[in-house]
Amino acid sequence: MSLDDVKTSDFKYVGTSPDRPDGLDKVTGRAKFGADAYAPGMLHGAIVRSPHAHAKIISIDTSKAEALDGVKAIVTRADFATGLTGSNWNVLENIMASGTALYDGHAIAAVAATSPLIARDAVKLVEVTYEILPHVTDVDKAMADDAPIIRAGAADKSVPEGLHPNVVRYHESGHGDVDAGFAEADLVIEDHFRTEATHQGYIEPHACLGTLGGDGKGEMWCCTQGHWNVQKLCSALLGLEASQLRVTASEIGGGFGGKTVVFIEPVALALSRKANRPVKIVMSRSEVLRASGPTSSTSMDVKIGMKKDGTITAAKGVFRLQGGAFPSAPMEFTAMCAFAPYNLKNVKQIGYDVMANRPKQAAYRAPGSPMGAFAVESVIDELCNKLGLDPIDVRLKNASHEGTKASYGPTFQRIGLVETLEAAKAHPHYTAPLKPGQGRGVSCGFWFNFGGETSVTLALSMDGSAQIVVGTPDIGGSRASMALMAAEELGIPYENIRCTVADTASLGYNEVSHGSRVTYASGLATIKAARAAVKILCARAAAKWKIDPEAVDWVDGCAVPSGPNAGDFEPMPIARICASMGRTGGPISGHYEASPEGAGVSFATHIVDAEVDPETGKTSIVRYTVVQDAGKAIHPAYVEGQYQGGAAQGIGWALNEEYVYGEDGRLQNDVFLDYRIPVASDLPMIDTVIVEVPNPGHPHGVRGVGETSICPPLAAIANAVSAAAGVRLHELPMNPPRILAALEKRG
Amino acid sequence: MSKIHVTTSVNGDAVEFLCDPRETLLDVLRDRLGLTGAKEGCGTGDCGACSVTLDGRVVCSCLVLGAEVEGHEIGTVEGIATGEELHPLQRKFIEHAALQCGVCTPGILVATKALLEKNPDPTETEVRYWLAGNLCRCTGYDKIIRAVMDTAAELREAS
Repeated sequence: MSLDDVKTSDFKYVGTSPDRPDGLDKVTGRAKFGADAYAPGMLHGAIVRSPHAHAKIISIDTSKAEALDGVKAIVTRADFATGLTGSNWNVLENIMASGTALYDGHAIAAVAATSPLIARDAVKLVEVTYEILPHVTDVDKAMADDAPIIRAGAADKSVPEGLHPNVVRYHESGHGDVDAGFAEADLVIEDHFRTEATHQGYIEPHACLGTLGGDGKGEMWCCTQGHWNVQKLCSALLGLEASQLRVTASEIGGGFGGKTVVFIEPVALALSRKANRPVKIVMSRSEVLRASGPTSSTSMDVKIGMKKDGTITAAKGVFRLQGGAFPSAPMEFTAMCAFAPYNLKNVKQIGYDVMANRPKQAAYRAPGSPMGAFAVESVIDELCNKLGLDPIDVRLKNASHEGTKASYGPTFQRIGLVETLEAAKAHPHYTAPLKPGQGRGVSCGFWFNFGGETSVTLALSMDGSAQIVVGTPDIGGSRASMALMAAEELGIPYENIRCTVADTASLGYNEVSHGSRVTYASGLATIKAARAAVKILCARAAAKWKIDPEAVDWVDGCAVPSGPNAGDFEPMPIARICASMGRTGGPISGHYEASPEGAGVSFATHIVDAEVDPETGKTSIVRYTVVQDAGKAIHPAYVEGQYQGGAAQGIGWALNEEYVYGEDGRLQNDVFLDYRIPVASDLPMIDTVIVEVPNPGHPHGVRGVGETSICPPLAAIANAVSAAAGVRLHELPMNPPRILAALEKRG
Repeated sequence: MSKIHVTTSVNGDAVEFLCDPRETLLDVLRDRLGLTGAKEGCGTGDCGACSVTLDGRVVCSCLVLGAEVEGHEIGTVEGIATGEELHPLQRKFIEHAALQCGVCTPGILVATKALLEKNPDPTETEVRYWLAGNLCRCTGYDKIIRAVMDTAAELREAS
């Protein structure tokens, strides 16, 4: 058999759901997360943050704090590298302000002390004098002529002339002639939609423990989705050589995109360098909400034309995303994903990246895609209602398939949207009767998925067991998935393989665990590394048998003579080959380094039933079904977990969660009591259907599954709520006051 | 500020510690006793990641002061298994894939163990409301609820 064969059926281990290797540690409290590390002589860091949305920093007086017993170091922007440009400058400016506080919660200075309580006291003793400036937190207001300028000159060359300086990037794409397309339509609907910013809401706050000496050598332990990125950014922000900083990723207590960047890590290192002692920093929940992650808020206009038979003739979208006080809103992803499920002759999408006095947005699960889907899929639903068409039939009629020129440019290879729609239509949920007061909604969703720089080493032990060394932090059970793929290739039991997430000193560069890339890219690299090891195993057996290595097959964990030599020798098991590896040519390992580019795009279709209480405006989700293409589900239970988790986050985004800013530009809801994510009693069971249309770009057919699951929920729930309430909802979250207002307007 | 001397019991072991009057029980467990199983997700009693039992009752250890536990009995996630034998809940959580990142898991295990001791035959709704104070952002709760219901059924069969 050729070692590069793509295998999509007859799996022995892939497609089973064994226990996770980190399970025991996680149910006994032994697993070490970001805040669970301690070091001898360790100090505790705390951060001084701006209480103002926009203010010039006139002076920072640290003398009283320095005089406090137990305070060992204080740092400000002066303790970081100078001369940075581009994204490094933006990251530094976000984690430690220079001349101006740009949002409520912006870091101004930091303190290290011998206890967390002393550090907290010292923060209160740092005296910062501010000159308050006018602020803006709303995306539309930030684009208006009279909006205060966040930072002049931040716009790049893509921005057309005449726009406000807060518009910093512009995107336009599509094909065909939308005006001609709209003229062909029997019905055209254009509507305006808004979504508020939400937070990734990981339960583990950012935490790190850093050590940095005057020799420029450092150690960093932190919860992150990508420790090579932490190494890269921290070394740039502190003026170090990257290879001198070793970063170890802890177990990670949720990330969802929000732990792809740095916030406190460079600060801990700066404090450590100054104090010459290890420094630990752990964010409070309030700091997490005020100064890390949220996603963008949006203002969107979508126009779609449809014929009476359901054919979409043209589609146009304008997507304005606010991404905080830095150029970073993922508006091009919103624009590119919005119409991707549909095979359109005429489509145009425009995106604006707008700055406002809010924290720098960070990626949140399929960044940008859910909001666009909310607007587009709401308009399609409204067209179906007005034309009396079935929403799944209309989507099937227009669905993208292999060979479709995507709305964002490329031509789709083999994709599974039609299969998800057909599975949704056949699901008993779709035809189940609804009770009075309930409505049903459907939506599709799309995410690109991603490859990225990937390094994996697979080393065999003398007893024939295997260790896999990966560099992608395990955020969804990926160590189990890697071990399953390696078991399949090596033909040894899952239990005989241990997968470890290595530190930055132990493996080549690895891109962050994001873009739903890990099971695809680290998985592909694991398979290639295993195949490289199998090649050596076969060669060792061939040498022993004195036959051509090409005449040896690998079957069920054994070297087996093939071709003209078939049957000449007994199969030689892996353990026997490995036992003698030292004297037959040395240790046996396989490794693989590449930036794989065959990540298969992914589609999903969700069905949801919602019940709206007309007295209170409260919505209950009574039934939810996720149908999504996984390409190949390596560990089906963990794939289901991704589907369910994405749907639950989408329910929160659609119904409850939002950043509430006061007139003063301060975040009003910076604790979990007020920023309310779904709790167990808010949700029903979440049914899942795994569709498998193999990705031709992965040896086992894998498509990433982590992100697509959050793309359809906002629209599916909005369509269900609108059906239940008898009035179209255009703004998220659809909380009780907003629903009551819509009901009142309906009359 | 002078520290307070406290004598208490954690998972059946006699324990003594000194703490600042402002330190929470969670601070003491993690920073002074080296029991980092309980997690701080919010510090305001909203997320349940720091759940422990105080004389058998589930509490958020971030809302209890270290100085308050003098003479009381504390139970943490580290005390749920018996030697190398996992509690059925721990086993079922792994089998049902009821954890993803695992940071909420210690608090949820402490809370559900207390539920099943009080109510060996809970309905799905009762489990959901009992766990309404324990936030999980990864799973959507589906597999957690199934693991708890399955454990309850197994324990009922065994008794």
